[in-house]
Amino acid sequence: MTALDEIKIGGLGASRRRVEDNRFIRGKGNYVDDIVLPGMLHMEILRSPVAHARIVSIDTSKAWAIPGVRLVLTGEMMAKRNLAWMPTLSYDTQAVLATDKVRFQGQEVACVIADDPYIAKDACEAIVVEYETLPVVVNPEQALATDAPLIRDDKENQQDNVVFDWEVGDAAGTDRAFAQADLVSKIELHYPRSHPSPIECCGSIADFDRSTSKLTVYMTTQAPHIIRAAVSLVAELPEHMIRIVSPDIGGGFGNKVPVYPGYVMSILASILLERPVKWIEDKTGNLISTGFGRDVYLRGEMALRKDGKILGVRMHTLSDHGAFFADAQPSKFKIGLMHSAFAAYDIPAAHLLARGVYTNKAPGGVAYRCSFRVTEAMFFQERMVQAAADDLGMDQAEFRRVNFVRDDDFPHRTAFGFLTDSGQYGKCLDVGLEAIGYADFQERKKEAAARGRLLGIGISTMTEPLGAGNSREYDILGIKMFDSAELRVHMTGKALLRTGAKTQGQGHETTWAQIVAHELGLPAEDVVVEEGDTDTAPFGMGTYASRSTPVAGAAVAMVARKIRAKARKLAAHLLEVSEEDVEWELGRFYVRSAPNRGVTIQECAAAAYSNMPDGMEPGLENVAYYDPPNLTWPFACYIATVEVDPQTGVWDVLNFVAVDDCGVRINPMIVEGQIMGGLTEAYAMASMQFITYDAEGNCVGSNYMDYLLPTAWETPGFELHEVVTPCPHHPIGAKGIGECATVGGPAAFVNAVMDALKGFGVRNIDMPMLPDRVHEAITTGRDVSGHPPVRQDD
Amino acid sequence: MYPSRFGYESPRALDEAIELLTRGQGEAKILAGGQSLIPMLKLRFASPEMLVDINNLPGLSHLTVDPDGSLRVGALCRHSQLERAAALAGPFPTIAAAAPLVADPIVRNRGTLVGSICHADPQGDWAAVAIALGASVVAQGPSGRRRIPVADFVSGPFQNVLAYDEVAVEVVFPAAAGTAAGGYLKLERRVGDFATAGVAVGLERSGSVVTRAGMALTGVGGATIDASGAAQALVGGELTADRIARAAEGAAAAAKPRSDHRGSAAYKRHIVHTFVTRILTRVADDVERAA
Repeated sequence: MTALDEIKIGGLGASRRRVEDNRFIRGKGNYVDDIVLPGMLHMEILRSPVAHARIVSIDTSKAWAIPGVRLVLTGEMMAKRNLAWMPTLSYDTQAVLATDKVRFQGQEVACVIADDPYIAKDACEAIVVEYETLPVVVNPEQALATDAPLIRDDKENQQDNVVFDWEVGDAAGTDRAFAQADLVSKIELHYPRSHPSPIECCGSIADFDRSTSKLTVYMTTQAPHIIRAAVSLVAELPEHMIRIVSPDIGGGFGNKVPVYPGYVMSILASILLERPVKWIEDKTGNLISTGFGRDVYLRGEMALRKDGKILGVRMHTLSDHGAFFADAQPSKFKIGLMHSAFAAYDIPAAHLLARGVYTNKAPGGVAYRCSFRVTEAMFFQERMVQAAADDLGMDQAEFRRVNFVRDDDFPHRTAFGFLTDSGQYGKCLDVGLEAIGYADFQERKKEAAARGRLLGIGISTMTEPLGAGNSREYDILGIKMFDSAELRVHMTGKALLRTGAKTQGQGHETTWAQIVAHELGLPAEDVVVEEGDTDTAPFGMGTYASRSTPVAGAAVAMVARKIRAKARKLAAHLLEVSEEDVEWELGRFYVRSAPNRGVTIQECAAAAYSNMPDGMEPGLENVAYYDPPNLTWPFACYIATVEVDPQTGVWDVLNFVAVDDCGVRINPMIVEGQIMGGLTEAYAMASMQFITYDAEGNCVGSNYMDYLLPTAWETPGFELHEVVTPCPHHPIGAKGIGECATVGGPAAFVNAVMDALKGFGVRNIDMPMLPDRVHEAITTGRDVSGHPPVRQDD
Repeated sequence: MYPSRFGYESPRALDEAIELLTRGQGEAKILAGGQSLIPMLKLRFASPEMLVDINNLPGLSHLTVDPDGSLRVGALCRHSQLERAAALAGPFPTIAAAAPLVADPIVRNRGTLVGSICHADPQGDWAAVAIALGASVVAQGPSGRRRIPVADFVSGPFQNVLAYDEVAVEVVFPAAAGTAAGGYLKLERRVGDFATAGVAVGLERSGSVVTRAGMALTGVGGATIDASGAAQALVGGELTADRIARAAEGAAAAAKPRSDHRGSAAYKRHIVHTFVTRILTRVADDVERAA
């Protein structure tokens, strides 16, 4: 009997086609807006046109008069039910509907529930709101000015616009390192505000059934169980009377983790009207009011020895959180995992001082395709690294090599206290340099310069913490960040798998089945995966921060192993030998002394329902809750070469090489797709994608004409390479991958353009490097800041 | 995105369309490609009482070169038809250069040149091309047809001189006397973005001597800017570096850009200067190669 071919059954390493695509390409996906319930009403939200104003009056009489209008809600009505404010995921409060004043453009002021969405929209326009405008704060400098208007005057004890002051690392040790430095390299950077902008906007259908007292909410959420807990808190309904169903999701990217006012309003409306209420956000609503990403300023300093060794790092961050502190992040860390910066480098001392401020901008600070501010951390790190190499006059690749954590130095405690456990950083860099033709590039650059062309090369290398988390350090609203999987093997050997994660394009329905195939030898096509329904899925924290494979994926392996342990007992029974005499190979148990005598996993499954030994509990199903011992630490090396047109400031990518080490790859095709998508977003950040505000607090970027996402026309090609260093603690050796490229990619583009502009005396152009900014840098020889410079006291 | 309530009519004959517009008294709006109008309706920037959909009118999809060499573009001729018309490259190089730069492929499949000119968005490409080439709009109303040079047709941002009961049925580009030359360059932050700046140049030459020059600018003023005055520096001689420089400087001076998130006014002027230089230098190189 020959052993099963793991690739053929769709196990680990198989580039299996995505099973979910079958329904998507046939138009059979089931998104929230596809769901139609009997008697369903439609909700539209009236948003504030101004960024900061006291609400003098709201007159809803004309809206009520429109035929087909069923309910008009205002903040005052919410307040009567104690629902005008709700908690955020970062222990702040956020207005559901404004009562006292509006604090950002696009804030929810009223909502209308009507027979159809057209009527609801007409009625919103018929609501008359009188505003008394207030001075507007659109950046941290204004927020911290002594005469700044107090944005959060609703909060007792809030005297200014500071959200938090937080620090981590060793201040004294870092000071000592700087005292010993031969050279201190300094740079100021801004990671601009952006929006995750999933194609599908947010939405919900709340369906409260008075006869059962049960509330069902179909909604676009990446974290159904967290939402259930939050709804339970806000709506004061018991958990078992709440069912959250997250159907197919048209992209999340962190935008669909928070609790949004629209969800709460639709729930209250359904309770009041006893009818299903659907709310589907429009694109402008999504862009101007829901969770943004980034918007952090950095002042970075690096203490250097002449030979290139980094002695210490100081980071001062100043982050703009908008009107409410609604970051979705682990409770313990105020600026996410910013302190994961420099984890790839062996640095003796580091210190991070972080300050967050309120402004009259939309709330959010979500982990936009990253693990809680890791994108900012790695961007700042790699820009600081390039600046330091330039200041030292050292080759940028060599500077990295000198400072990398060595392969034999794991586990390694980083200067900020993380524990990294595996990697081959030097090898990844070598593969990248070889692929891009690093050795010849300086020659090419010189030749091009002789013909008036500007070429540049930029490297970005990083390891990042993915897969929060372990329960010691990571929780959201006090709930520990473990995850779960439940596996039910039917008597025919077919199986149903459910997890606490929630796919939004990551391909869980495909890859989870591959893990089961790897562990049990069941063909992947025999395993159906379900996620997103809190009534059926085991409790989990959802999908974001690249945590699915590191946490829920590990739970899948662990529950399959529990199944295999029971199947072994069944096999021993069927083979009439003792359990100790049974050996396992993929898909089959056999007698050690007689390998030809064996039973398949399917035969064991049948026995679990039809021929179990005396005293054994029937059935073959189990659940595993997995609390990872550590984060996973993938490594990436991204290298871009660019050509800059000095006359226009337009730059083009010549080549881009990506070397990713995400440990064992479950489905290489899906991994490559994740990297391609992430690099596209990285290119977007570097080249065009940002949300900015004018002095009055108007959001510039409220639709896709102003908020630029790159299309296939602009996006360069990417050449992918891999190195595999298995994760030492993950059951199948996998690390997160969904976000590496978004996180590590932007710095490669910026470093490349800055390399091209070296001769102009320019040190930094803030992202996005739009042509006018590049041109300004070339013509003035000065750095170009995307925003007014921001000072911060030490 | 839910528009306000509006009526919808889909006439089968041009007379019927004109009658509907007449009855609309200015509250009816023509729907052709809809690539600007539909987003404006959805954003409620426009709330016409009625849409007169002309997509079912016969005889308006034409892209025809008349015996005298002039080009007629019908009101339902899509951008993509112009993009695919390889035969335009010789007699109408400015059109051939602009066609693939209009918006994005999806918009080009549906949007129309005539609609774009009527929409009169200062960032629209075709108005600049039409002005540089001396093209005219043919409008038909209850009392018949009239021809309006595009330079006079666009009266301001999003404004044209059509009466409410008139339909722009086609745009006519005159044939070049001699050899046609020219080009179109546009800077956009992304495909489909509004232009940061664009330059259309239309030349006629006899041998190496320029006999007619038209120029217009996209996205650097409240309306499309006719820079043909600056282009006069080119007429009557060869495309020397000096003449090119004077035309570029003239075009940059004619631009009236505003500083915004696409760049400073000075930067946009600089782009106009650069693009005029690039188009003319390329033409000069071509002439030299041909000689």
